[in-house]
Amino acid sequence: MNGAPLLTVEGLTLRRANRDILRDVKLEIRGGEMHGLLGLNGSGKSSLAYALMGCAGYVPDAGLVRFDSRDLSGLTITERARLGLTLAWQEPARIEGLTVERYLAAGMRERREDRMQAALEAVGLHPARYIRRKLDSRLSGGERKRIELAAVYAMQPRLAMLDEPDSGIDVLSLADITTLIRRMTSEGTAVLVITHRDELTEACDVASLMCEGTITVSDEPQVVRDHYRQRCRPCDILLARQGSDRVTGLITIRNADEGPGATETQQGSAGWRSSEKEGRA
Amino acid sequence: MSDFEAMATAYAQAGGDPGILASPAVATMVVSGNRVLAARTVPGIEFEAEELAQGVKATIRVLPRTRLATPVHLCFGLLPERGVQQIVAAYEIGEYANVAFLAHCTFPNAVQVRHVMEATMHVCQGAVLRYTEAHFHGPTGGVEVLPTARVTVDPGGQFLTTFTLTKGRAGTVALDYSVDVGEQGVADLATRIMGFGQDRIKVAETIRLNGTAARGIAKARLALADEARGEVIGTTEGNAPEARGHIDCIEIVRDRAVGHAIPIVRVSDPRAQVTHEAAIGTVNRKELETLMARGLDERAAVDTIVKGLLAG
Repeated sequence: MNGAPLLTVEGLTLRRANRDILRDVKLEIRGGEMHGLLGLNGSGKSSLAYALMGCAGYVPDAGLVRFDSRDLSGLTITERARLGLTLAWQEPARIEGLTVERYLAAGMRERREDRMQAALEAVGLHPARYIRRKLDSRLSGGERKRIELAAVYAMQPRLAMLDEPDSGIDVLSLADITTLIRRMTSEGTAVLVITHRDELTEACDVASLMCEGTITVSDEPQVVRDHYRQRCRPCDILLARQGSDRVTGLITIRNADEGPGATETQQGSAGWRSSEKEGRA
Repeated sequence: MSDFEAMATAYAQAGGDPGILASPAVATMVVSGNRVLAARTVPGIEFEAEELAQGVKATIRVLPRTRLATPVHLCFGLLPERGVQQIVAAYEIGEYANVAFLAHCTFPNAVQVRHVMEATMHVCQGAVLRYTEAHFHGPTGGVEVLPTARVTVDPGGQFLTTFTLTKGRAGTVALDYSVDVGEQGVADLATRIMGFGQDRIKVAETIRLNGTAARGIAKARLALADEARGEVIGTTEGNAPEARGHIDCIEIVRDRAVGHAIPIVRVSDPRAQVTHEAAIGTVNRKELETLMARGLDERAAVDTIVKGLLAG
């Protein structure tokens, strides 16, 4: 892991359809670092990734993003990718007629068969069976997801943002994903692992917790996981908003004045309290 | 250069391998204008050809249980800048035969050329016919292509066809295919056309699933740019128990081009099921951004998506 910050995000703010999507996001990722971005569904994790990548509709209203000290504002997705930043989508696009081979090669500075083979093997796909397959609906969701990860690995970016890399892939493959990410970091790629599953941050060097569009905690993964387990499942903010006991799905939500959530909210860290104030602003 | 050599050159432009036209192991028919320049058969294949005033009338028979390792190669074309070519072709695919045809239609110098194809195809019981037709039209857009096919698929037969027009200007295209499918038969129609400039493209594909458990899919892919116009009318009828059909149309529209899709579903047997989907619009944003995130610039990404769509 390189000590110098590779990505620095300061005060990133994004509004869409009159809603605050990202609020004063601060984040720092160092070269070669495995950084977990943990948060519930809808907390803004994917939106942050889209904003960092420069996707349409995700141009920040305020804030600064620096990649290797370079201001990314105004740069296209292509320009950002060529600087070494890339994204593996949570639900990767299917591109009819495009072969896996061409897709993998698209991101490589220099086309190398051995690298493509290694990338497919790294995600548990047999190269000979998949290299000529097409990225269409005949691939299962899990296969497409693995190919997305393989494409990012083959690309050898400086920072790879992997949005929910485990979704759609069977539990037995989680270890493979972690191994792949570790392999990427060992080759110098920093990885931002975006997930709502705290166990995926166990292998991370650093983790950040995202809540209601902002990063509330950045710390050792264990510290962040503890925050997440104690305050996000069930969600403290939701608890505080409920007027009475009710049950949603598998989670029992209690009145904030009566349940343990209220106590935890009051005992939360400075970062957490700060987030709550912002969340209700 | 002889007419045959000129056609072989044009055949290569259309994506064919001219060497195959001279191979004695491959059944071949080469037609330039209204002249049959070559007709070579292999065991199990019979050709009859008659020259018409502006084209050729051909009968192509595949004897029952014939299985060919190499496709039958057909090459139709018109080398002059102006003219009409009419191909009237009758295909009879014998019971349990399994054959593929590769037809290349090439009009490399066309300024004002009309190409009319009137085909009747009979796929007998248990037979499989794979018919692939690729066109090359040159750069002017001065070609009018009117391919019509009336296909009958007997019980257990399969008709799988791909029509491709992605090289040169499409010009004016009015494709009209209809297939009647018998019990447990299969019809699989794929059309891939790229239009730009003032090209006008109309694709009408009809599948009638008349036999029990007949299956059919009509898949159309159009990429339109500039002022091109495209219209796809896909009709599928479910007329028998357990018949399954699907219509699938995607048109990518750029610049001032206009795409139009009309899926028509008719079901006369309540145990049949026919579905349809159509998507018309610009290049899918997520596909574009996915490729750009790999480092492709926008133009290269669009090109990759369009080529993929047309490659199938």
